[in-house]
Formats: sequence, C-alpha cells, structure tokens
Amino acid sequence: MSAVAIISIFTLAVFVGFEVVSKVSSTLHTPLMSGANAIHGVILVGAIIVADHSTTNLELGLAVGAIVLATINMVGGFVVTDRMLEMFKGKK
Amino acid sequence: MSRTIYDLIGLFAGVCFILALKGLSHPKTARRGNKIGALGATIATLVVFFYANEGSSLPLNNLGWILGAIAVGALVGVPAARKVQMTQMPQLVALFNGVGGGAAALVAIVEYLHLGDTATTAEVVFTVFTVIVGCVSFSGSIITFMKLQELMTTRPVVFPGGRFVIAGTLVAVLGVAVWVVTALGTTPLLVLAGLSLLFGVLFVLPVGGADVPIVISLLNAFTGLTVAASGYVLDSVLLIIAGTLVGASGTILTRLMAEAMGRSLFGTLFGAFTAKPQDTSGVAEDRPVRSGSPDDVAILLNYARRVVIVPGFGLAVAQAQHTVRELADLMISKGIDIAYGIHPVAGRMPGHMNVLLAEANVPYDQLLEMDEVNPTFGQTDVAIVIGANDVVNPAAQNTPGCPIYGMPILEVSNAANVIFLKRSMRPGFAGIENELLYDPKTMLLFGDAKASLTKVVGALKAL
Repeated sequence: MSAVAIISIFTLAVFVGFEVVSKVSSTLHTPLMSGANAIHGVILVGAIIVADHSTTNLELGLAVGAIVLATINMVGGFVVTDRMLEMFKGKK
Repeated sequence: MSRTIYDLIGLFAGVCFILALKGLSHPKTARRGNKIGALGATIATLVVFFYANEGSSLPLNNLGWILGAIAVGALVGVPAARKVQMTQMPQLVALFNGVGGGAAALVAIVEYLHLGDTATTAEVVFTVFTVIVGCVSFSGSIITFMKLQELMTTRPVVFPGGRFVIAGTLVAVLGVAVWVVTALGTTPLLVLAGLSLLFGVLFVLPVGGADVPIVISLLNAFTGLTVAASGYVLDSVLLIIAGTLVGASGTILTRLMAEAMGRSLFGTLFGAFTAKPQDTSGVAEDRPVRSGSPDDVAILLNYARRVVIVPGFGLAVAQAQHTVRELADLMISKGIDIAYGIHPVAGRMPGHMNVLLAEANVPYDQLLEMDEVNPTFGQTDVAIVIGANDVVNPAAQNTPGCPIYGMPILEVSNAANVIFLKRSMRPGFAGIENELLYDPKTMLLFGDAKASLTKVVGALKAL
C-alpha cells in the first residue's frame, strides 16, 4: 500500500474518532472507554497473522502469548461492556 | 480468498467499529453499539482464517496452536468479565487494556524477529514505537490495576529524585530506540522492551487518587495507536482503522474526563516529572467528631423537607444500592423531596454511580449531575454522604497545593445538616483529610454502608 493511502486512512480515521465521541455524557464515559478498549483487542488479527508465519519456536511462543492476551482483551472487553450496559436497561 | 475481498471485509469491520463508538455515545443505543463492535471483531477474526497472507497456503500454519491459544484466552477472559463485581469493573478494564498493549508489543517483536534484515527503516520505526508504547501501556495498566485493587497504596508514590529517575529512564528508552533503528538486532529490542516496561511503572506510580481513571483512559488510547502502528507493519487496513479510531476517540475521552474532574490533562500527563514529595504529616486525628446513632439519623430525616443523597465508592463496596433506594422510597412516601447528587467521578470511574444505581432501578430523573444539584444545597435540609469523601472535600476549593485542589466538588457543606456514613475515619482514595467531618453540623454514622442504611430504614419506619 502506498504511503499516501496509509496517511489518508490514518488522517480520516483520526477525524472520525474525534467526531463520534465529541458529545458524550459523563454517565457513559466508563462503558465507552471499555468498548473502545475491546475494539483494540482486534490486535488478535495481527497476532494470528504473525503466528501463521512464525518459523522458530521463539517466534511461535511469543505469537501464541500474543493471541492469548489479545483474546482476553477482545472477548473479555466486549462481555464486560455488555454487563455494564445491562444495568441501564429496564428504566423508563 | 482474494486480497480485494479480504480488504473489503476488513473495511466492513472498520465501519462496524465506527458505528459501535457512535452507539456507545448515547444511552439508548449503547448496548446495541457494543454488540455491533463485537460483530465487527468476530468477522475480522474469522476472515483471517480464510485468507493466507503473503502467498502462504491454507489452512494457516500452526493452526492448532492458534485455535488453542484463542480457547485459552476466551476461557480466561469471559469468566473474569462475567464474575467481576460492579465495584471491581474499573480495574478489570485497566487489566484488559494492559494485556491488549502487551499483545501489540509481542506482535511487533515477533514480526521484527521474522523480518530480520529485510525490514525497511519505516517498518523498524513503527515496530520500535509499538514495542515502547505497548510495554508502557502493559506495565502502566498493571500498576493502575494494583492501585484500584488496593494491592498497593492508592496515594501518589513519590521518592526523592524520582523525577530525575523518570526523565533518565525516558532518555534511555529513546536512546535505545535509536540504537535499535540503526543497529538492528534482537538484543537491543529486548533491552528496549525492558526499559519501556520500567518506564510504564515509573510513569504511573506518582499518579494518585482521582487521576487514576484518566490515566487508564490515556493508556487505552496509547494501546489503540500501537494497534494502528502494527497495522502498518502487517499491511492490514483494518488494524490501521481500528487502532486509529481508538487512539483518537480515547484521546478525546481522556480530555472529557479530565474536564469533568477539573484536572489539567497536561498536569496529569507530566505529573511524573513535576511531582514533589508532599508534606504528609496531615492533621491530628484526635479532634472531636460528632457521631450519631441510626435513630438520630432517622429523626433528622423524618423532619426534613429536602434530602440529597451523595453516593460514593463506599456504597459500591457495601453493595448498598438496593438499600439506599429503599430508604429513598420510604422518604418519598413521607412526602420528602429526594435527589441523588452524582459527582462525575464518584466511585472509581466516571459514571460508576449511575451504573450502580441503575442496577437498583433508581428512577433516572432523581439522579442530578453536579451542575444541577450544587445550586440546590442551600435549600437542602440534609445531605447524606454515603461512602464518599474526596468528591465532597472542601479542601479542593480552599487548600491550594493539596492533590485534589481545583477539582469541582459537590458543595454539601451548604446544606443545613450533613450526615456521613463511613466505615472509619480513614481518609478517601486521594488520602486527604476532610475538614467537613469536624464541622459542627456534620453527624457521622460509622459502619458498613449497607448495615447502617438498613438500621436507618428500620428506625425511620418505626417513627
């Protein structure tokens, strides 16, 4: 991918990231942080890619460690966010 | 699967993440937003198994290891997230963030080992960035976890010459980073990882009290940026989009949190470099306080026209949210005007109290934010402070130099009477003495918040 394409994607994503959370009540700060936290668990994809092309035991060992940590981040993150938000339902 | 389809599915997952963050910003759509995010993450993960990177063949190499590791991660993460108590959620989020940062650092290290001499300078620079920031995020999050879990002191840890040690470590990190870029090799990279881990610890140690949630949010944004940098090295559009989104929204969120607490973001960030050992002699603890019985409290409440309840971390610890609602309902049935005064950072996280009280089905319109409730304390007969301390401490307004100075507080001292439900005379999370406890119009009721409230409810019913 060209450097310009990457810089374009990065710049646009920065503005979208700023924009989507610019007006959020303090009530939702914690769930929003937790949800964003779960999203960066998508590093799991990167961990799987490096595990695939690991050639030495050291590489594979570190990659497996990365997969375990990333899965905890992603799966645990979404579950705990859902639990927080569950508390908000049932009120009129 | 062709590269084009793979990237298009990645784009779809990226859009899911944008919709997730958008949804999470509004109470009505928050839960759906989180589910959309989970959907995007699931699709992104599944699709990797059907696309072989860089011409390698399907199924993926080391498939057994990959699936096994995912299973282990899920078996650790899901039960932890399911079983955690409401009071401990903030530190769990910190921990999840930390392992994410650790994962990003490990991915960068593996890719570095794999590329060896073939790595371009740009790839090495991004790798170095990911290793530094990922390691800082990992060790820093572990320290915030230990602070919130009270495995270590919650006060700022400052030692003589500390800021020179921290600045020195930072210089060393940057020096080794240059070494890695110019010399290329495994040893420099591991030294870099070690130094970065140390810097993460030193960076978070001087942060105390109310600033801890801000630091968690900041480290969360950091981890996002490492994911974006990994996306560049691994040539993955999805990782770049997702990581940048989290980095950008996390930065804004950190600023919003700092604003809600009246903290300067700069001061929080660079507190490590400017912190000086504080005078911890404090105020003598043997001054007289007025402590009362549950009956005294019930009588005071019975003749009040307006009561404001100020919940804090103690309410969460005692799981007293249902009991406090019972008390509020009882007072309403006696014609007393009730409101809850919610400080944005009461508890250990912004929004902590809202979540807790929502669990007990407290009507939303009774929860007043700080700006709404503060002007009403003058017409309030009784303010009941349940397990809160720093958020009502007048020192934030009248003691320049104390760690919470400048933080907006709930001005309960303007109410005619103040009742504190406390476990002990121990100061709050920030470790600062509260003058209000010694005020003549203050009455203290010692004990576990839930037990105390139950007794007050009983006494009030009997009246």
